[in-house]
Amino acid sequence: MQAVLEVEVQKMQTIVAQFDVDRIREDFPILKQQIHGRPLIYFDSAATSQKPQVVIDATSRFYEEQNSNVHRGVHYLSQLATREYEDARVKIQRFINAAESHEIIYTRGTTESINLVAHSYGRKFVHEGDEIIISAMEHHSNIVPWQLLCEQTGARLRVIPINDAGELLIEEFAQMLNSRVKMVAVAHLSNALGTINPVKRIIELAHSRDIPVLVDGAQAAPHLKVDVRELDCDFYAFSGHKTCGPTGIGALYGKSHWLESMPPFMGGGDMIASVSFEKTTYNVLPYKFEAGTPNIAGAIGLGVAIDYLSSIGLDRIAAYEHELLEYATEVIGAIPGIKIFGTAREKASVLSFTLDGIHPHDVGTVLDDQGIAIRAGHHCAQPVMKRFGVPATARASFAFYNTKEEIDALAEGIYQVIEVLGQ
Amino acid sequence: MNRTAELYTEVINFHGAKPRNFKQLETATHRQEGFNPLCGDHFTLYLELEGDVIKDVGFQGSGCRISTASASMMTAAVKGKTRKEAELLFDEFHRLVRGDLASDSDHHLGHIAAAFSNMPNRPERVKCAILSWHTLRAALEGKSEPVSTE
Repeated sequence: MQAVLEVEVQKMQTIVAQFDVDRIREDFPILKQQIHGRPLIYFDSAATSQKPQVVIDATSRFYEEQNSNVHRGVHYLSQLATREYEDARVKIQRFINAAESHEIIYTRGTTESINLVAHSYGRKFVHEGDEIIISAMEHHSNIVPWQLLCEQTGARLRVIPINDAGELLIEEFAQMLNSRVKMVAVAHLSNALGTINPVKRIIELAHSRDIPVLVDGAQAAPHLKVDVRELDCDFYAFSGHKTCGPTGIGALYGKSHWLESMPPFMGGGDMIASVSFEKTTYNVLPYKFEAGTPNIAGAIGLGVAIDYLSSIGLDRIAAYEHELLEYATEVIGAIPGIKIFGTAREKASVLSFTLDGIHPHDVGTVLDDQGIAIRAGHHCAQPVMKRFGVPATARASFAFYNTKEEIDALAEGIYQVIEVLGQ
Repeated sequence: MNRTAELYTEVINFHGAKPRNFKQLETATHRQEGFNPLCGDHFTLYLELEGDVIKDVGFQGSGCRISTASASMMTAAVKGKTRKEAELLFDEFHRLVRGDLASDSDHHLGHIAAAFSNMPNRPERVKCAILSWHTLRAALEGKSEPVSTE
């Protein structure tokens, strides 16, 4: 066992040593600029990732050379646009290892994906007295759609508690499962704490009671290798813009049998087979859930972003980012007055912290003056803030284009904050 | 002076770290909550009105350096003032942080004007500066709903 571990560690060290971050940074034009006279240090990738040139080029090339509507025209451009748009769907399918491309529904992002399931699955399968289980570390987008559903149906929302490290209490979760539970919806990777949740175990437990599971993969998709068939999740939601793709595009993966059994989300063009005033027949998957002209350029851009991430390799990205996070935890954690929120054993990409006597917003402003972009606030996870008894935290979030030198600059910046605002 | 020092003036830093009138008023006739939902700043403002005069004022809660300093200086400024005078101060402060108050204008903000003179260059922090002032105005208008800067 020890020998196996050592081999794993050596493998990771090799990956990190070979990771040419300077070369990668060349792919991101935005990283070349100065903010307030200082080189931009971007530590807000959990809010949205930066975009490589290939993605920017792909979206503008679409408008310059290919722009046309999809699934509508017999003319050349429409066929070209349709092919590129559908090719991107297959890229997404392979990226998360879905069985079929029609299990990939284009949406505006994670929020819309979750709303789609809450609405369509909920309308069919959730009734008064039923229960929906979420966790105490969810983003508002995996809380509010379920609350709305509960208000409409009379179902009850239940919450898996977390410990002080920011880890889900799995034993308590197991106790919460019963025949009234109609859905379990949990984050794969917490945006506020950085916790990687044991979603495979959660899915096993839920499935042993025939309960479907939705995984909010907004933070996980750009940082961890996702395999929906290995996880055996029923739904997986993620956003393009956090995955080096454009804003306004994302995806929902759903197992065919669920998607088949759910009514449409929105009505309109493209989602129908035939329409008369007496009766409308819906289109097949995935189009049943894609009403109206979609974000075609966004989908093509997301496909290119996935090609880009895959060319580097999610395993290599995860290993490099793990090293960055360990380094940041050590360097930032050593600053006097720093408190780190989220100390789970399994963590990725996020360092949430407070500084004694200094409000996170002031930390954010003083760092911004030095060209360092972090997020300050509740991270759209107010219940998490409440759980830890703080109104807000400062959050530095990392991506594979960040460097240890930038983390050193962040530490310097925090010392500057203390110098200006410390009491 | 660098950007940081222009925003966190000595006066703001002083009031923000050690706010004045940071207390609950037992004698309050008006109590008003104000919050900034985006950043979680949350204050409760207490006013003791005698006729038309703000006899005493206090506030409690939590917020950033800017919002705390602004609340501290606001409470100090309106203590002893009439309703009408306080409303005039609100109007002047509102114009100040949005850059609509000429620096040579005949205002009544005293050292508040200098301390917050850089706010028009910091649009992302105007909400922090103005939170307690909106709370004051809502209290004077007798609102019972919490006031929000959104």
